[in-house]
This record gives sequence, structure tokens and C-alpha cells, in this order.
Amino acid sequence: MSPTAVRPVRIIVAKVGLDGHDRGVKVVARALRDAGYEVIYTGLRQTPEMVVDAALQEDAQVIGLSIHSGAHMTLFPAVVQELKRRKATDIVVFGGGIIPDDDIATLKKQGVEKLFTPGTPLQEIVDWLRQRFPAEPA
Amino acid sequence: MKVRARDTKQAWKEDFEGSPARDDGIETSTISGIPLQPLYTADDLPRRPEELPGQFPYTRGIHPSGYRGRLWTMRQFSGFATAEETNRRYKYLLANGQTGLSVAFDMPTLMGQDSDAPTSRGEIGHCGVAIDSLADMETLFDGIPLGDITTSMTINSPAAILLCMYIAVAEEQGVPASRLGGTLQNDILKEFIAQKEFIFPPAPSMRLVVDSIEYCAKEVPQWNTISISGYHIREAGSTAAQELAFTLADGMAYVDACLERGMRIDDFAPRLSFFFDAHIDFFEEIAKFRAARRIWARWMRERYGAQSERSWKLRFHTQTAGVSLTAQQPELNIARTAIEALAAVLGGTQSLHTNAMDEVLALPTDKSARIALRTQQLIAYESGVANTIDPLGGSYFIEALTDEMERQAEVYFKRIEDLGGVIPAIEASFFQKEIADSAFQYQRELDQKRRIMVGVNDFTVDDEVPIEILRIDPRLEAEQVARVREVRRKRDQARCSKALTGLRKAAAGSDNMMPYILEAVRAYATEGEIMKTMIEVFGTYTEQAVV
Repeated sequence: MSPTAVRPVRIIVAKVGLDGHDRGVKVVARALRDAGYEVIYTGLRQTPEMVVDAALQEDAQVIGLSIHSGAHMTLFPAVVQELKRRKATDIVVFGGGIIPDDDIATLKKQGVEKLFTPGTPLQEIVDWLRQRFPAEPA
Repeated sequence: MKVRARDTKQAWKEDFEGSPARDDGIETSTISGIPLQPLYTADDLPRRPEELPGQFPYTRGIHPSGYRGRLWTMRQFSGFATAEETNRRYKYLLANGQTGLSVAFDMPTLMGQDSDAPTSRGEIGHCGVAIDSLADMETLFDGIPLGDITTSMTINSPAAILLCMYIAVAEEQGVPASRLGGTLQNDILKEFIAQKEFIFPPAPSMRLVVDSIEYCAKEVPQWNTISISGYHIREAGSTAAQELAFTLADGMAYVDACLERGMRIDDFAPRLSFFFDAHIDFFEEIAKFRAARRIWARWMRERYGAQSERSWKLRFHTQTAGVSLTAQQPELNIARTAIEALAAVLGGTQSLHTNAMDEVLALPTDKSARIALRTQQLIAYESGVANTIDPLGGSYFIEALTDEMERQAEVYFKRIEDLGGVIPAIEASFFQKEIADSAFQYQRELDQKRRIMVGVNDFTVDDEVPIEILRIDPRLEAEQVARVREVRRKRDQARCSKALTGLRKAAAGSDNMMPYILEAVRAYATEGEIMKTMIEVFGTYTEQAVV
């Protein structure tokens, strides 16, 4: 390994909210892992506090949130707020799920950097991460 | 002029191979990956005695008269916001010719918690109706005569509680439980496998299911006590064959559990019902439905020794595939749903839900809900497909594919048995891994354009026009929280505490819990309080997350 090697980007992927629809989150987690990222999947029904705890413990640079219950307008901003409270706003938050266009604009204003909606190719998510973290090998 | 007959099959083969083939790189296997021949002929037809509808093993349908006798029930799954708003939607759907009700509950209700629980925040009324106590259930069915309609309730971990609420509302309307018709999903195994709305560990979860089956066999004899569901397994990413195999394996696990309780097979098996997905691969779906009936009939008669024909007959509800819908060019979902619904009908479904075009974005609007219902009416009354019983029976292709579905399911039954049965297989994450693998493979195929989703990875447009979607008023959350608190304040506290104490004792012992749950419901104990009482005895379950 070269001495300049940086560690790969570490990503927490989490299911927030009460729904158990984990098809999307698992497919994305696998694709990111295959793309060379370190991926930690939290499992289901994580509260915003639990997600941020996991991100801090694992020293993650990115949090990816998935939800299909319609509670994204409550829970996504709550994760961003919790990061602010814990002074960890350097952690990038992105999300995916059934999220109407109008909500996407609002969520971006509230600090969710990127949202992926149904039908997004996996490569698009990987490309976005590569662009967002260009210094990292993947 | 005289045309000399060639060796026709061989000649066709040569002609086919000599013709140019499409080279668009798109898979010619089914969406589940079953390789397909370009042509099926009499050589592919299985050699077996002619099968007829209404006769064992029911490949061609459970009724001798097919849809000539009775059309399928058009049952649109519906529920949002408050009981009051959903009640209005039900009356609208019934006025538009819907023939049965199907209740969608919100996430807190599905997860057995009250609207004022901290983790209910943001979830109330979003993906279904919020029900906290008998008071909400009274509002939900206000003015709807429960003796005259049938109702399906999609709920699992807390299923027994919601059924008791339904029984209690019927009592208030003067309708005895013995007259109630409907279906409770109550299928906890597929929750562990796919949908993940489990609360208790597997053993007490199964006990509750068996308690409700046993109770209904005596007290609510016309009720379908369980709807053994492949829908969620498929939506989580499985193939058609996995959906078929895992669902029927679950069905057999419930049969085993009821037999262990000491019930006689013919006392409960006729009230087991099934629920499948109708995905977009038209023929594969039809084959799946036909294979399901045949497998179940054989297992019930030959392995379990059921004597009653009613125990052999697999009855099922179908919903068109939510996962096949696209947020892009959402109007196309009307066409997708029509194709899927047609497959369900040609597969002989007993009831059907057609998805609305906007369900990939939100819950349906009044308009999209009506188009979805009209799609079924169009199939039933305009297309003519309901006039002939199992019109695809005898098709070289359909019969061969039906056999292939059955063969693949049998391979899975063997693998599940080798793992020690359904529950050990769940604990070993067998189903979960199989499903995740299939989901990932399918997504890869989409990304590589080996599968096409119109409007998503081909035939896209740049100027998507957003469609109108249903919004849930954020104010309703506070209203629902206030309502449940008022119920707690106003009820007879002594009766409620006594009922919950009785339930706790029953849970810790071995009595059937249903009468105790019913008493707690009548005393206006909330869903969350009843669940909490059982959690104190049973504990909760956490799955090992596998990616």
C-alpha cells in the first residue's frame, strides 16, 4: 500500500422511521460496497439519535437515509438537527425513497445534500459520491 | 398449385435460425430469469390426464364455473389520514361499484403503537389510517353495515387486536361475529422474511396467529383467519418462483403449528387464504397462480391428509406490483397495472387490488383511485376475458411454464426442509439473503439495460410534468394525538386495568388470548397499551441485518 493511501470513504446507511421496506437500502448498500466504499448498514427502525450515534462511533463521513413511510419530512431534518446538536455537521447526509419533488427542494434547504428517487441507477449514486469525495480512491 | 408438407417442426427450426434476431441485448428469460424457448409446441405439453376447473388439483381454478358463476371481488386497499377521512373514501369507493373493503393502516398502527408514542412522530396517517382504539374503529365503519360487506385488514403483529376491534364494532351494530366475513392478513412469517413489521419473537408470534385461527374456527367461522402473503416477498425483490415457494412454505408452517395445537386440519384449512403479487411478466404470473393451486392441493391432500375439498382449494387475493410502477411518466402505470390485473384474472384470482398510477409517489387521489377501480371493471365487463374459464389452459407455453414453476418451488421446499423448516431458515437469514440477491441482480440488469423499464432506463423524457398527489394535512397528527388521549381520559379506568391484567395473565399462561384481547378492546384499552402488555411477557425481536 502506498504511504499516501487514504482510507476509503465510510458510509452509514440507515433505515429511519417505522417501515420495514429494506429492498432499496440493501441494494444501494451492496452497490456502494462493490464500488469500494466502506458501508455499514444499521438495520431497521433507527431513530435520528441512533443514526448519528452510529455515524460518530464509526467515524463515518457520510450518512445515507432510506424511508418509504412518508415520514421523511420529519425524520430527515431530525437527523441533520441531531448532527448540528452533536457538532458533527461535516458529515454529509443524503437520502432516498418515495419523496415527492416539492419535498426534495425543502429537504435540500434543510441540509440534506442529495436525494435519490425511485428509478435511480446505482451508478448515479456512486458517481455522485465520487464527485463529492474526489480525493478518495474508490 | 400443390404445396408439399415439410417436416414442419424441423422446417420451422431451420427457418427460425435462419431469420435475423433482434440484437438489442435485452434478456429473453422471464423477469425472474427462467429461460424461455422462442416457441412452445405440443411436444412441451405435459403428459397427464386432462385437468378441469373445480377438480383436483385445481390448476384450472377452484370453481367449476370460473367467473361465469361470480366475478372476482374488486377490493381496493385504502386508508389514509384519520378514521373519519378514510370512512368518507370507503363510502366513495362503495358508491363507485367497489364490492369489498380493504383497510390500510398507518405505520404506528402496524407497529402496535399509539399515535402519541414518540416514534409515531411524522408517521401518523401517512401510509394508511391511524387507529388507536375501538373509538377510531367505530368512526372508520360508521354507516357501513358490517353484516353486508366483507372487509380485509392488512395488519400482522397486532392483527388479533384489530380483528377484536372489528368484532366489537359489529356487536355495536347488532351483527354477531358468526355473520362477519372478511380477511385478516395475520401472516407473521412473511414479516420476518420480507416486510419486517415484526414485534414479538417468532414463537409467541406464532402462538398469537394460532390463537386467532383457533378462536375464529369457533366464533367467526366465515372469516379468513390469515392471508398467507407472497406479495411482500415479491415486492422485497424475490423472483416469482421464490414468491411461490416461500409463501406456500409459510402456509405449511401455519398448518403444522395448528396441528401441533391439536386442531383438526379440515376445521381450519378451508379458512386459510393467500395473497400474491401480479408482476409485469404476464405469462410467468399466470403460471405462478396456476402452480400455486396445484401444489397446495397436492400437499393438503397427500401430505396432510385433508379430507374436505375445501381444504385443498387455494383461494387468493392479488395486488398488482407496486415495485413495477415508475415515478417517471406515471401515467404509464395505468397501462402496467392493466396488464398485471389481466394476468391475475387469467390466473383465476378471487379478489383483486389494482394500484393507482400515483402510488409510487404517495397515496392515491380520488381520481387515480377511481381509474384503478375502473381498470378492473374494464377487464370484467368490456374485455370478454371473464366469459371463458381458464382460457389459457392447454396453451403449450402456459402449461410448460406452470410445470416449471412447480418444479422450482419443490426445489426450494427441499432446501427449507433441510434448514429445519421456515423459522430456523428465517433465523439463518436464508430467505432474506435469497431475496436480497434477487433484488440486487434485477437492479444490475436494469442498470445494464438487459431489462427495460419504460420511462426509467429507456424512452425517457426530459420534461416530466408533475402530477397532482394526495397530501396528508400535517395538522391531523396533533388531532389524532388529542383523540387518543381523550379516549384514555374518558373510559372506565377500572374495567380497562382489569382487562389488561387479565390479558397479561393469559399471555403468561397457555389460554387462548383472543377473549382477553376482545375484553381489553371493549374496555377501550388502546392498541399500544394492549401490545405493551404482551411485550412485557413476550419481549421483542431484533433481526440480524444482512446486506
